[in-house]
Amino acid sequence: MRYLCLIYDEEKKLGAMSKAESDAFMADYFTFTDAIKKSGHHLGGEALQPIQTATTVRIRNGKLSTTDGPFAETKEQLGGFYLINARDLNDAIQVASKIPSARLGSVEVRPIQEFDQQ
Amino acid sequence: MNEDAADGAGVRETVDAVYRSDSRRVLATLIRLLGDFDLAEEALHDAFTAAVERWPRDGVPANPRAWLVSTGRFKAIDGMRRRARFDGSLAELARRLDPDSSAPAAGDEEGVEDDRLRLIFTCCHPALPPDAQIALTLRAVCGLTTEEIARAFLTGPPTVAQRIVRAKAKIRDAGIPYQVPSRADLPDRLDAVLHTVYLVFNEGYSASSGTSLTRHDLSGEAIRLGRLLSELLPEPEAVGLLALMLLHESRRAARTSPTGEIVLLGDQERSLWNRDLIAEGSALVQRALSSRRFGPYTLQAAIAAVHAEAPDAAATDWAQIVGLYDVLARADPSPVVQLNRAAAVAMRDGPLAGLTLIDAILARGDLPDYHLAHSARADLCRRLGRTAEARASYERALRLTRQEPERRFLERRLGELPD
Repeated sequence: MRYLCLIYDEEKKLGAMSKAESDAFMADYFTFTDAIKKSGHHLGGEALQPIQTATTVRIRNGKLSTTDGPFAETKEQLGGFYLINARDLNDAIQVASKIPSARLGSVEVRPIQEFDQQ
Repeated sequence: MNEDAADGAGVRETVDAVYRSDSRRVLATLIRLLGDFDLAEEALHDAFTAAVERWPRDGVPANPRAWLVSTGRFKAIDGMRRRARFDGSLAELARRLDPDSSAPAAGDEEGVEDDRLRLIFTCCHPALPPDAQIALTLRAVCGLTTEEIARAFLTGPPTVAQRIVRAKAKIRDAGIPYQVPSRADLPDRLDAVLHTVYLVFNEGYSASSGTSLTRHDLSGEAIRLGRLLSELLPEPEAVGLLALMLLHESRRAARTSPTGEIVLLGDQERSLWNRDLIAEGSALVQRALSSRRFGPYTLQAAIAAVHAEAPDAAATDWAQIVGLYDVLARADPSPVVQLNRAAAVAMRDGPLAGLTLIDAILARGDLPDYHLAHSARADLCRRLGRTAEARASYERALRLTRQEPERRFLERRLGELPD
């Protein structure tokens, strides 16, 4: 099954890291990504730019509205994702628990909705 | 074939007995074979319907459980084939599940016991919400009906039914596997299972709301689950939890007066305690402690065992109980454990020592709305002759409790305070 691992970090915490800490954190990410590529779990993944670069778009009554940032004030922000292939939820949880941000923020594991192609 | 074959009523009794003893095992295996809770429940029902029809005619099979599993599986596949004429996707599923194309595993004892563990771990998967874990466990593992579960939890059958439907949907859609966790995951996952079992026990032992203090059926189901777990997976904490439940259960008859009033541990008529349960619980505590890998459940059971050994409240070994609470507080540094430790210290060193500890807990902002913290504080103030403080704390506890016998108990204590 395919799962999307949504990575939520506290940008404040990440911003408060020293250069050495932040380098080590990034190194952990590179190691993790290599590991899940080798194990065959990795299908894709990206890191996102910080929340102040975000734009929220909606159409209401046929009218486009564009606003700055995400609409809700939250402590943790979506910072990146991995799309993985896992045997089942237990396998997916194992992979997600090794994402470096699981130690600092949280990781939401969501199964991909598969639609019939017929 | 069985001699009773000709005796229809006897066979009917046999079917009922097999249902009681084996229907959960059959269901657990059918879920694995069919890969779906709903299909398996339907197949279980069909298998027992077939047994009622055929066993009087053909005799009771030598291995009723294996017969039920293979009949249920056959019926499920047959049903899918028939429906497949209308829905092409079922044809592939039916082919995959065909008994001839996959290894049969109905007969072997070990496989069947594994299926029961698989079922428990799946129902108590931490990805399911706690109330859904409880409902699904009681339904699938214990075989309670939706109505029975609803009555036990003072809620409506539609609410319980919806929880179960949603839990099954999540198991299917999120890919929760039907398996016993790997060695590495086992400690965490076992904790989740034990927690669910203990919640069921507590719900039965000390109902969180409502008029009746004990709902015996739920405690009985929790103990059955505890026995099953410590039999199938004899980890120290599984054994410790079973011991804890048995030791609590041993006091059931003494916990309430004939009029349904609460009787505190110190005031209980100890001749009403069930000695068989105490003996069994204490032996299990020893077994869990000797493993050296015990945790909070075993320690709580050890504390209960010390109480059980004392011929009366005054003869209780409070020093040993405080010592066990010290170890417990390290394993589980929660404010509730601190509160219980404070109550034990009050018994060992006097009410003032206990009150100082409880006030420290409350001053930290822990347990502000926990009625037992305020009633414990009230009790120590009462014993110290601080009547006004005792009154204020009893009143606070009274506002916080939602349970009718607790309310009456606190009102009685308030009434007994000197003016």
